[in-house]
Amino acid sequence: MTLSSARRIELFRRMLRLRNVELRIESLYHEDRMKTPVHLCIGQEAISVGVCAHLTNDDSVSSNHRSHGHYLAKGGGLNELIAELHCKESGCTKGRGGSMHLVDTAVGHMGSSSIVGGGVPIGTGMAMAYKMRGLARVSVVFFGDGAADEGVLYESVNFAMLKRLPVVYIYENNGYSVCTTTRERQAQELIFHQVLPNKMWTQTVDGNSLDAVNAAAATAIALARSGGGPSLIECKTYRVREHAGSGVDRTGKYRDPAEIERWETHDPVHGLRADLLARGLLDQKGLEAMEAAIEAEIDEAFRAAVKSPLPLDEDLTRYVYCED
Amino acid sequence: MVQGINLALHEEMQRDPKVLVMGQDVGVNEGVFRVTAGLHAKFGETRVIDTPLAESGILGTAVGMALAGLRPVAEMQFSGFSYLALGHLEGHCSRYRARTHGALSVPLVLRMPYGGGVRALEHHSESREAMFAHLPGIKVVIPSGPRNARALMTAAIQDPDTVVFMEPKHSYRAFREDVPEEPELMDIGKAHVVQEGSELTVITWGAMLRKTLEAVSEVQAKREASVEVIDLLSISPMDTKTIAKSVRKTGRCVVVQEAPRSFGTASEVIARINDTALMYLEAPVGRVASFDIVTPYFAREQNYFPGVEDIRRGMIKTLDY
Ligand SMILES: Cc1ncc(C[n+]2csc(CCOP(=O)(O)OP(=O)(O)O)c2C)c(N)n1
Ligand SMILES: [Mg+2]
Repeated sequence: MTLSSARRIELFRRMLRLRNVELRIESLYHEDRMKTPVHLCIGQEAISVGVCAHLTNDDSVSSNHRSHGHYLAKGGGLNELIAELHCKESGCTKGRGGSMHLVDTAVGHMGSSSIVGGGVPIGTGMAMAYKMRGLARVSVVFFGDGAADEGVLYESVNFAMLKRLPVVYIYENNGYSVCTTTRERQAQELIFHQVLPNKMWTQTVDGNSLDAVNAAAATAIALARSGGGPSLIECKTYRVREHAGSGVDRTGKYRDPAEIERWETHDPVHGLRADLLARGLLDQKGLEAMEAAIEAEIDEAFRAAVKSPLPLDEDLTRYVYCED
Repeated sequence: MVQGINLALHEEMQRDPKVLVMGQDVGVNEGVFRVTAGLHAKFGETRVIDTPLAESGILGTAVGMALAGLRPVAEMQFSGFSYLALGHLEGHCSRYRARTHGALSVPLVLRMPYGGGVRALEHHSESREAMFAHLPGIKVVIPSGPRNARALMTAAIQDPDTVVFMEPKHSYRAFREDVPEEPELMDIGKAHVVQEGSELTVITWGAMLRKTLEAVSEVQAKREASVEVIDLLSISPMDTKTIAKSVRKTGRCVVVQEAPRSFGTASEVIARINDTALMYLEAPVGRVASFDIVTPYFAREQNYFPGVEDIRRGMIKTLDY
């Protein structure tokens, strides 16, 4: 499926918004008002935006620790995200979960697990529930190459194939689990690329290309929705920033600075922007207006977050069990 | 007890189409202990799911199903295999509600046969209720007979939180008991005073209840001791009120557990007695338990699990203190 011009521009806007949100978090992180570890998804925006573009609010996403992109792309509220990072009562989980546990049930963002691989069987189970309840919903699981090391991925995908579940596994292979490369940890490419297509459709795409991700996701999600069973898309991408927090370590401690630079020239947001400008689908003025609106929205989210109250101390021990 | 649990599963699956059963060999083969007998035939493979041999996958998938509106009852074939699924209990079941401040929860039942009774070593015989009870947000219940097994299972399935339902396999077919026609519901978090007494409280749960009652009648036959027996039923939340009330009355207490001695449920019971009834005590609270070792091979099992004689001796010691 190729994108219409209008749609491409809209998805670019979402990617740019996501990028600018992450950049703002990064630039303010040292102020220490955001009381949570953050895992920025700078450089991986095309994946969450390209996939979630095909989902409705009834479809669900199961996310991981690098969750801002999944959450925003799924439609999660920006004010609630920023407030959550500040541990405030107006956060998406009322200041209880932090960056790694974002939830917005209204748009089908059913949680992120900070346990690497933890969200994989959960998203699989949600697909099982949709199938059992006869709902035409799709469950999307985002996971990284670190999670691909975990045994539970095998357990989950096997079950999804067995039961032909409406689940789409989005494998964000960004080359690293913290400081260790995927190649240092995995003996071969993901084993599921070798399953028969009638068991599960899989594809490897350039995760930094919105068009590539979008096209593969369209196929996979349509397949799931029409009863065609699970699918897996490996999105080759790169974690430009450090594993957690802000900044880029270019000292060569664990990765070659030239490698970082190479990927920076293949940036998903910059690449798409250049393309839209070159084709005349967007002009400088339009771009500036788009960016100004995004910046205003982000300004407002941070303003509101800082003003929002902290959770009440009296609430500390609440909701261990059901309170109704 | 097998029939009691099975009855509750039938009744709940009938009542609520969202309830489903999943686990290894639970469907066509009806479970290794036949707890799921008849369910596959009656409700079919969509609601009685034979899963792959993948404990982490089973529980993780069940979490997703619960989040998406179903009520899974997932089985671990033996409690000793549940450790592979522990990550999801700890990482998701126990904290989804608190982490989302009530927006989402994980209402599922994780059932598992546990404890001695099949004369198998290690993982086929151990009692690890304290390990689960240590997790905030998880409820842990243990029935002691057919009737309360059925009522507790019904309550566990209807409960809005994750309930670990531990089935003392020694009691699976140990004795018969009538259960009422109508489904019964038991309050999770309430202990049961099995017999009233005024000089000594004995607190226990699971398969140890029967041994305890035997020891109690031996002691009562030999001397004029009035013994109160409490069946805990719910390990977590624990019914501190009933414990405190009893110990304040009797002034003496022995806790009997099948699990190893240290860091266990008995320790927690004793801590709560310290909090609520210390000044009423006439003797230190006694503890009868297994050794702090893994469950030994069957020929030496009887030296490991507390027997009637161990319990009797524990009671006498506390009575004579
Ligand atoms: C089970 C588990 N092991 C280790 C960690 C610590 N940890 C958090 S993120 C991470 C790296 C995960 O790598 P990957 O899945 O590739 O995601 P990425 O960070 O690259 O987006 C690790 C090791 C964890 N949170 N959970
Ligand atoms: Mg990675």
